[in-house]
Amino acid sequence: MTGVVAAQRRAEQRRATTATTGVLLAVVAMFLLTLSYGEFRVSLVDVVKSLSGSGLPAVDYIVHTIRLPRALTALLVGLAFGLSGAIFQRLVRNPLASPDVIGVSAGASTAAVTAIIVFGAGGVFVSVAALTGALLTATAIYLLSWRSGVGGYRLVLVGIGIGAGLSSITSFLMTRADVRVAQEALFWLTGSVNGRTWGHVQPLAAELLFLVPAAMILGRALNGLQLGDDLARGLGWRVETTRLALLVTGVLLAGAATAAAGPVAFVAFVAGPIAARLVGGGRPALPASALVGALVVLVADFIGAHLLGATQFPAGVLTALVGAPYLLWLLASANRGGKA
Amino acid sequence: MKTQNLSLGYGERTVVGDLSLELPTGRITMIVGPNACGKSTFLRGLARLLPPLAGAVLLDGRALAETPSREIARKLGILPQGPIAPDGITVGDLVGRGRHPHQGLFRRWNAEDDAAVTQALEATGTLELTGRAVDELSGGQRQRVWIAMALAQRTKVLLLDEPTTYLDVSHQVEVLDLLTDLNQRDGTTIVAVLHDLNLACRYADHLIVMKNGAVVVAGEPGSVVTASLVEEVFGMPCRIVPDPVSRTPMIVPIGRHHVFEENQ
Repeated sequence: MTGVVAAQRRAEQRRATTATTGVLLAVVAMFLLTLSYGEFRVSLVDVVKSLSGSGLPAVDYIVHTIRLPRALTALLVGLAFGLSGAIFQRLVRNPLASPDVIGVSAGASTAAVTAIIVFGAGGVFVSVAALTGALLTATAIYLLSWRSGVGGYRLVLVGIGIGAGLSSITSFLMTRADVRVAQEALFWLTGSVNGRTWGHVQPLAAELLFLVPAAMILGRALNGLQLGDDLARGLGWRVETTRLALLVTGVLLAGAATAAAGPVAFVAFVAGPIAARLVGGGRPALPASALVGALVVLVADFIGAHLLGATQFPAGVLTALVGAPYLLWLLASANRGGKA
Repeated sequence: MKTQNLSLGYGERTVVGDLSLELPTGRITMIVGPNACGKSTFLRGLARLLPPLAGAVLLDGRALAETPSREIARKLGILPQGPIAPDGITVGDLVGRGRHPHQGLFRRWNAEDDAAVTQALEATGTLELTGRAVDELSGGQRQRVWIAMALAQRTKVLLLDEPTTYLDVSHQVEVLDLLTDLNQRDGTTIVAVLHDLNLACRYADHLIVMKNGAVVVAGEPGSVVTASLVEEVFGMPCRIVPDPVSRTPMIVPIGRHHVFEENQ
């Protein structure tokens, strides 16, 4: 009789693997398409040749210098946002609790804009500012919503409030800034991977080299934490330590991504739920969430850059168009259901 | 399992003070008492979900506070009140999560885990629900699935906080019968907080009656439950009659209305 249980478990695992592999293939395809498509088309064969180091110099210039940094930024930013959102949502057990809804990304933005406008900073310094901003904001939200434990809706409401406050600070800074600097900051604020160079990719890649494995290892504890504190503790999980470590990892992921591409709206917010749908069941589905995030940013960037006529739209505009209605729907249905 | 001068509370506030008592091994213990008497706090303390302010909980002669949490989880299971399942989770996956204390970094899922989950599902009559989403189940089915998760943990002590709340009476009896099956078949020590005095008296080998964070009396229901005890603890006059079905004490409340004169 053990058969039923084992078969069911294998079926769930198979579906998770199939879904994750499917998204992975879509990400790879979209990545290659981004490298090959543009004003100057490079065939997929040439893209692969160039990536493996045996391409023509002219092609190499287009692929390596112009398109690869942009495509890599989109890929890595998407991975980081997707992972960060899924961690937050599973941890707080609330789909609204993603870093871009509860103000963590807003904190990173305010800090980065301050660095750009007030200190005229660029490059690594902006990254550091964004990471610090994300951490400080998350700490503030955590402390303000703490009342013998952090409840789902309180955290979300405090987070949305703090996010609104930070956005107004950002707006204020913009009005005080020199027009050219303000324009640069504004462009960054819409969330875009346009014009990214290796200087943007390197710090992000270095950060993710630590954060992604940390998230995957710590993410196993979500299997317990998802059941609520009492049950998780009863099953022998170390609740406090792992939760704190996961929160810090999630915040740093959101901060690192925001530093590189600006707050690309709602990527963190939609990736987790989409991945959960694809994978099925009640698994944390972190790898799938990360890949869905990457796919969303790559697709949004591609559509914004190539498919909407002469004007180039930043990826963040497109993700906002998809994310905002979903947020409204979620708020409306959560209100109706009256559940946390 | 026993407690030594155990005090429990939240922050500065002591809810349960200086309890020393023994929970008989291999028996069913039910904890009853009025709302806010500290019975759930006491159970949380027994399950190390709440660290003691003073004193200790001993399992096999060893203080829980000094035992690694995962090791405790292999001996003692806890089902809190009103647990919430993750969205979309299937019965098989949820029950499988009860296997965590038996796994480790290098010991992943194996045939023994499958066997434990299967047995837990069979014992609770939920094997045919394996592939269903927990969200879709009825209240009674869901509670049986949660108990299955606790069973998959394969502990010799099982603590349950109000396992029958929100269930209609037929499911309440079903859950309590199931716990009795477990106790009789595997010798599992069961400790449950229960709301319903009559069902507690019927199913308990050992009854603990609490009030204001202290134990008023503990013992076999037939010998400890009296009308004066119920009046003292719940502030309600009553008559005790033998339960016509189980011959255990049955509490018949006396209110202000619908009472014959000879009972007033």
